[in-house]
Amino acid sequence: MTVQDLINTNRFTVINAGDDTGREITKPFCCDLLSVAMSRAPEGCAWVTVMGNMNTLAVATLSDSACIILAEGMLLDEAAAAKAQAQGITVLSTQEPVFETALTIYRLIQDESVS
Amino acid sequence: MDDKIILHYEVSGDDFTRAGEASSDVKNKLKQMDVSPEAIRKVAIAMYEGEINMVIHANGGDITVEISPEEILMVLKDTGPGIPDVGLAMQEGYSTAKEEIRSLGFGAGMGLPNMKKYSDTMKIDTIVGVGTTITMTVAM
Repeated sequence: MTVQDLINTNRFTVINAGDDTGREITKPFCCDLLSVAMSRAPEGCAWVTVMGNMNTLAVATLSDSACIILAEGMLLDEAAAAKAQAQGITVLSTQEPVFETALTIYRLIQDESVS
Repeated sequence: MDDKIILHYEVSGDDFTRAGEASSDVKNKLKQMDVSPEAIRKVAIAMYEGEINMVIHANGGDITVEISPEEILMVLKDTGPGIPDVGLAMQEGYSTAKEEIRSLGFGAGMGLPNMKKYSDTMKIDTIVGVGTTITMTVAM
C-alpha cells in the first residue's frame, strides 16, 4: 500500500500531501519519544504519533519514514506545517487514538497483501 | 570517491527547531554519493542525537564530517558544561534534560546510547566546565 493509497481511503485529513506519495508503506510504527523513534522507526513506516512539532519532521526524514500520521486530532504548528511543505514530507491527521490508527493501517496493508 | 570530503556545520544553541538540519544535509550528501543505506542510517541517527545533545545541553557547537572511501568520521565539539559522569550518561534512561525538552519528545536518556549503538567507534573527551568532543566513525 502506497502513501497515496492511504490518502485515498479518505480516513485521514491531509495536512501536507508530500512529494513521495508513490512510496510503499512497510508497516505502522507507534512512538512519541523522538529518540526512540529515531533509532527504531522501520524504514518506510507510517509513523503514528501525537508529537506534531518541528523535530518530528526531522526524525521522520532522518529515519526514512514514509509518512507521519498525527493521532488524537493533533496538528502541526504553523512553522512545522511550512517545513513539511518545503521538505515534501507527507503528514496526515486523524481523530482516532494511536493504537486504532496503527491497527487500521496494519489491516489496510494486510488486506492489500491478501487481495 | 577518490578524495576525502570534509563538511563543516555550526549548530545553533538557541534554536531547537533547527536541530537536525546538519544531519539532514549530511544524509542527503551521502545519498548522492551512493553510500549504502545502512551506513547512511547509522550516520543519520548517531549524528542527529549528537546534534540534539549539543542544542539541549551545550548551547550549540560545531560538527565536522569527513567522508573517505573507508569510513565516515564525525567530530562533534562543544564548549558546554561537560559530562561529570560519562558512565552514568551512557546508561539508557538517564537524562538531565529539563521538563521543557521532555515535553518535545526528547530527554528519554537515549542520546548517547543511540550514538554508541549506531556508530562503529565512539570516543568521548569531556572536561567539566570546558566542553565535550565526541568522535564517531561509521564504516562504509
